[in-house]
Amino acid sequence: MIGLYYEDHRVGQTATVGSHQFTREAIIAFARAYDPQPFHLDDAAGAASLFGSLCASGWHTASVSMRALVDYREGRRAAAAARGEPLPALGVGLGIRDLRWANPVRPGDVVTFSARVEAMRETKRPQWGLIASRTTGVDQSGREVLSYLSHVLVARRGP
Amino acid sequence: MDRLYFEDFPPGEVVEFGDAPVTAEAIVEFAREFDPQPFHLDAQAARDSLAGGLIASGWHTAAMLMRMSCDAFLDRATAQGSPGVDKLDWLKPVRPGDRLSVRRTTLSARPSRSRPGVGVVELLFEVLNQNLEIVMTQKGAIFFLRRAAGEAAP
Repeated sequence: MIGLYYEDHRVGQTATVGSHQFTREAIIAFARAYDPQPFHLDDAAGAASLFGSLCASGWHTASVSMRALVDYREGRRAAAAARGEPLPALGVGLGIRDLRWANPVRPGDVVTFSARVEAMRETKRPQWGLIASRTTGVDQSGREVLSYLSHVLVARRGP
Repeated sequence: MDRLYFEDFPPGEVVEFGDAPVTAEAIVEFAREFDPQPFHLDAQAARDSLAGGLIASGWHTAAMLMRMSCDAFLDRATAQGSPGVDKLDWLKPVRPGDRLSVRRTTLSARPSRSRPGVGVVELLFEVLNQNLEIVMTQKGAIFFLRRAAGEAAP
């Protein structure tokens, strides 16, 4: 997820992949489409909930983390293409473990996402390696708002 | 309709709900904002990829599950958010024309140790397509308010 090819990764490698400000409008728009619970839609309902204020759907936060990861990788691919290097095929995500929303994301919060390679192994298919990486989102006060371990297929350089 | 409390999620209960059509437009719209990879954006590019055709972002499928859950029961529940999801697995691609539904199994239910008046319900969600193939599973927990002592069940 951090490098282009499986072989570019090392366990323990980390990268800050991007930041995103959550606006009230975007929080409510996501909630209307996918998670219309009152505390994601309405200030008064948010204030009356365990969260104490309007806050983003956890699926919104997770989806924004995906966008940050994709944009980060796209930047790396564009730089490689500019150097005339061949680009690997894109792998897909297989699953997520230990997805945690430790603190709510409120309107105006700026969340910075980072990724850390936790484990990696070869697969039965010689063109794909499997990388487990921990994505973390931290708000402007340093509070963790998102954390998950993802398993993603990443192209190998080949023999 | 009566509100759903912690006590309304008995362990072992299995409930089926949802019938969500998946359109190419919705797949592309979600992907443009959150997951702009070629196999979520463009049918031609997708044909040449590992996906073999346009597929929904896995986060889109998770969001569709959330929407079906809200429509079926969370909107009338006393849900107070989620501490997290232990497992989320994308087992088969979700493609335009699919129709998704959900099978929900209550795995456990216990009072919260730290929050009086709140209970933690552990739920397994299996998202099925129109061929009854499981396309995604999700195991996680949701906080619900407990019914006040002495309050009658609906």
